Amino acid sequence: MNEKGLLRSEFRRRDLLAGTAVLLLSGGLGRASTISGQLPWQPNAGDPPVRVKAGPWLFFSGDEGRAIEAISDRVIPPDPETPGGKDSGCAVFIDRQLAGPFGEQDGLYVRPPFQTGMKNQGDQSEGGPRHNYRSGLAALDKACKAKYAGKEFADLSDSDKDKLLGDLESGELKLDGADGKAFFAEVIKDLQMGFFADPIYGGNRDMVAWKMIGYPGTRYNYLDWVDRHNERFPLPPVSMTGRAEWTPKAR
Amino acid sequence: MRSAGEGMPLLRAVACAAALLFTSALAVAGESDPQDFTQIKNGQYLAILSDCGSCHTVPGQRRFAGGRPIETPFGNIVAPNITPDRETGVGAWTDDEFDAAVRKGVRRDGALLYPAMPYNAYAKMTREEVVAIRAYLNTVEPVRHAVVANTLPFPFDIRTAMRVWDALYFTEGVYKPDPAKSAEWNRGAYLVSGPAHCGACHTPKTLLGGDKTAQYLQGSKIQGWFAPDITGDKARGIGNWSIAEIAAYLKAGHNQVSAATGPMGEAVSLSTSRMKDGDLNAIAVYLKSVPGRQDTARPLPADDPVMTAGAAIYRDACSACHMLDGRGISELFPSLAASSNVRSDDPATLTRVVLRGARSVATAAEPTSPGMPSYAWQLDDAQVAAVVTYIRNAWGSAAPAVSAQDVARERSQLASRPD
Amino acid sequence: MARRLPKKDVVIIGLGWTGSIMANELTDEGLDVIAIERGPWRDAPTDFPTNYMQDELRYRIRHELFLRPDQLTFTFRNKIDQIALPIRNWGAFMPPNGVGGGGVHWNAETWRFLPSDFVVRTHLTERYGASFLPDDMTIQDWGVTYADMEPYYDQFEYLCGTSGTAGNLNGQIQDGGNPFEGPRSRPYPTPGQAQPFGPTLFAKAARELGYKPFPQPSGNLSKPYVNPLGLRLGQCTYCGFCEWFGCGNYSKASPQTTVLPILIRKSNFSLRDNSEVIKINTDASGTRATGVTFVDTSLQEWEQPADLVILSAYSMFNVQLLLHSKISQPYDPVAGTGVVGRNFTHQTISSVNGFFDNKKFNFNPFIASGSIGMCIDEFNGDNFDHGPHGFVGGAYMGQVQTGARPIETTLVPPGTPKWGAQWKKAVRDNYLSTVKPGTGVHGSFYSYRDVYLDLDPTYTDRFSRPLMRMTIDLHDNEIKQNRFMTDKFAEIIKAMGANVVDKQYRTAPYDITTYQTTHLNGGVVMGADPKTSVVNRYLQNWDVPNLFVLGASAFPQNAGYNPTGTVGALAFWAAGAIRSQYLKNPAPLVHA
Repeated sequence: MNEKGLLRSEFRRRDLLAGTAVLLLSGGLGRASTISGQLPWQPNAGDPPVRVKAGPWLFFSGDEGRAIEAISDRVIPPDPETPGGKDSGCAVFIDRQLAGPFGEQDGLYVRPPFQTGMKNQGDQSEGGPRHNYRSGLAALDKACKAKYAGKEFADLSDSDKDKLLGDLESGELKLDGADGKAFFAEVIKDLQMGFFADPIYGGNRDMVAWKMIGYPGTRYNYLDWVDRHNERFPLPPVSMTGRAEWTPKAR
Repeated sequence: MRSAGEGMPLLRAVACAAALLFTSALAVAGESDPQDFTQIKNGQYLAILSDCGSCHTVPGQRRFAGGRPIETPFGNIVAPNITPDRETGVGAWTDDEFDAAVRKGVRRDGALLYPAMPYNAYAKMTREEVVAIRAYLNTVEPVRHAVVANTLPFPFDIRTAMRVWDALYFTEGVYKPDPAKSAEWNRGAYLVSGPAHCGACHTPKTLLGGDKTAQYLQGSKIQGWFAPDITGDKARGIGNWSIAEIAAYLKAGHNQVSAATGPMGEAVSLSTSRMKDGDLNAIAVYLKSVPGRQDTARPLPADDPVMTAGAAIYRDACSACHMLDGRGISELFPSLAASSNVRSDDPATLTRVVLRGARSVATAAEPTSPGMPSYAWQLDDAQVAAVVTYIRNAWGSAAPAVSAQDVARERSQLASRPD
Repeated sequence: MARRLPKKDVVIIGLGWTGSIMANELTDEGLDVIAIERGPWRDAPTDFPTNYMQDELRYRIRHELFLRPDQLTFTFRNKIDQIALPIRNWGAFMPPNGVGGGGVHWNAETWRFLPSDFVVRTHLTERYGASFLPDDMTIQDWGVTYADMEPYYDQFEYLCGTSGTAGNLNGQIQDGGNPFEGPRSRPYPTPGQAQPFGPTLFAKAARELGYKPFPQPSGNLSKPYVNPLGLRLGQCTYCGFCEWFGCGNYSKASPQTTVLPILIRKSNFSLRDNSEVIKINTDASGTRATGVTFVDTSLQEWEQPADLVILSAYSMFNVQLLLHSKISQPYDPVAGTGVVGRNFTHQTISSVNGFFDNKKFNFNPFIASGSIGMCIDEFNGDNFDHGPHGFVGGAYMGQVQTGARPIETTLVPPGTPKWGAQWKKAVRDNYLSTVKPGTGVHGSFYSYRDVYLDLDPTYTDRFSRPLMRMTIDLHDNEIKQNRFMTDKFAEIIKAMGANVVDKQYRTAPYDITTYQTTHLNGGVVMGADPKTSVVNRYLQNWDVPNLFVLGASAFPQNAGYNPTGTVGALAFWAAGAIRSQYLKNPAPLVHA
């Protein structure tokens, strides 16, 4: 909780939106208010998402970013039809998520004491995602260099990369200073999340993942398709920032 | 004098009316009579018809106490306090003085009123009616609230200039019924051109702010909105609406085609939703009879690149509420296919609603007041132009295209608006 | 030092479904009502608009509309001899926050419980004998019957415009509906929703196996509707962003779409949002509530005095507030005394994923709504003979696929690697031809002596109050029940034509990390006997007669259905009792 006594979660999105003219309800920054007489309304109300901008890493160091990109291309390899994790922006997704409220464990209960429990009691670690990635990537780098004569992960051959990741996954390769199995599971989850999330968050660039699976995106009206059973839905996907067809072609 | 009996305005009016020793005799002679409940009740209804509250009450604050800025093309004018307070309101005015202000545009001290006060419409009312309004206002709680009315910049702050304006645009005289028309039509004509002063918003204005009478009720830009054509024109006006649909819109703020929002929402809420059904029907009968423009536009071809893009945006972003056929859901989401506002030459209302979102009015008859989200963050100027152009030219409609520059201008104008 | 506000007739804690219903009823009586809601005001055009609501990452994965654990959470353990640890990030359930509560982001599955569910102990004992029930099972009769509830189920369904096909109209079984349901007095207000391919195929397979499938009763409306308060709802457009999300086009029943626009216009109603009630205050005798203390976002404490206190927060918070306010006796599982926190239950959920030949089957699974599905009820409640099976309770089951949002619905057949080229190919090949029922098997969760709620000895919230502690595990009865149900369900999925049928049984230990509905119940149970209930049949607290506690906290055990229909019905039932009896004579309505 910050000094003003307000929850961090009440500030997270407002901080990001500093500089945009978005008005919020409830008397401003989530403060208590009394409502009576009519439904509240203001123009331009709401809290739309902020688009991730291309650019330098916000969280990863250059080496870390390179490693994550290399991992992403093994977890989601490129093929002739669909780009891999790197080109579809999955590493960028993770970088921006770690740089933002998710990385800060915003909204989570992070009070002590931190005790180890049973797996079904959920994650009780104090660290959080930023810590996990820093320590995990550092430990992976160390293990990789030890095993492959000083080479970084990104410089291994694809089959060596896959072998290393496979050993991480099975637990055969243990990392020093991080739980390798848990870390790799977390990376897989986050990369695949970035692959399938809305492109506004940095991954799934140009909706490549949605095109791959045939998911039409943020469409909201399927009334004319409910009764069309076992037919392929033909329209291209659309995201929160639209699709190419929304912009009129030059005459 | 204030006492514990503040909640008894009638008694207070009696106490204050020491000067008025005449009772029913004066009522006959057209004087406001604090003891004549019929007159006060009529006055209350006439105040609703005339929608005094829209200008003279700041929303959420004391009734008729003034202080509300009225936007005009020349600057803001602040509506004065018309409660019976003797120093800061109109409590000390005679009935003649009150009538002169309402029907002639002359203030008690002789200064001329600006036509933000629609005295040129109220002129159609009779003295008797205005005095009844005065009698009603006397029963309202007096509020001590001094208002500086004239906040216009030079040279518009020179009231004597209003003489010229009045000479050009003001005709005195009560409404004269047309013997060739029905009583209902005449009632509607009287209401529309008189107390309800619809033309104040819906008739386009000259550079000096007077009515362009040749385009009576054909729509006008006001307060960042476009008040649409409300003549019997089928394309741009309400010619395709039935009498019942027009009356329903005024009473409930919603009908099968459209919903009131913005300043019209307020007019519905404070005025038309409280009118008698007979009056609403009369207004509808009259409006449908007003001839509009006779020209028809040609729709943009469906394969125009702007239409193609607009169709794509419409399907993806608009059809969840306004449906694939543009007909919306009756009383809930307006029918873009049938809406005359959509087809207005000036797309200001349509563009504004898309950029900022909107909340439609809530009335006792239709309390849902659904809202539309804001698209300003999601659509760029070319995209707003495309979808708005598409909406105006799909489903058998036709209206001029909207350009990205039009939208850019609207967006920057809206950015500085407080509402 | 708390600042004291002017007294109101009624203070309502939490403005979700039950709070909204009760506020509307009591303002109609002319009472001066204030509602205090911990979270923010929420409304469709501004908080769940149709242009950014479709954001799986933000709302499903990052839980933005929900209560955040750093604001309030619980601790959890399976057994009494373990140490409970905090739930640092939600998993098994997602508590609501904000005006509208769970009614904003529910799936709108709107069921009635069975007649036998309300008298479950009597019924099961009669049919199978007392020894058929485990010793530590603490199920009990509700104190009301289905017949008592029927008019109020009807009232809630008509408030919502619920879409469905009646199965039992005044005793006459109707084709196309649920033949096992209790008798209803009139049809649903709107017809059952049109079903996409997946549920249609499920229904065909179910029929061929001899079952009687019917459309799931749905608060996502099949056509535009005007409810008895004059509020209009639109038609569901199958966007597939229902649970976890607010509805952007007014087609999901919620407090926002069915009550609040009317309520907010009443001059005798007001709402304070972003204000958390931290205590219900009682007088020196402890038998009369005097109002509540709440905290706003500047941490200022306020006291709101009132003559009548309605506790209508989410079920768990009802329990917690009674514990913090020291109202009624807390449950002690060892001594076997006390009532607050007793008979805590969840829902026994499982599913079966079906992988089909993508050259023959295209389900377009993204065409979905929260309560879309064809269901069968042959195995719910006591609708079948449990004698040979050695468990009690049951489930409805159905192809209820509430959406196909890709982060969570890109399944691969068992045995597929979790990453790499094979994974990618399997995802691509299976997305459109996989059946992933969101609510596959939806089973009862009966109550047990050692499944309960109390206060944690170690962990505290932002006000330094102890967190509430959940002690909960799955018992043999539910594990057996679920195995049976899942196997039955898998048969139907197979009969649909699936190549691979991947069963996902619900197994012990109860796992706080995997989602299994937010249907947490009990802890403030209703009943006829104050020794085993906290509130009487009208949801009036036995000890403090001017306190009523609404919601699923009243359930003595959970039946095999989503709870909201029953929650709404009980709210109307309690409101009716307050209006017709309590207000005329404020006193205990039941003498035990």
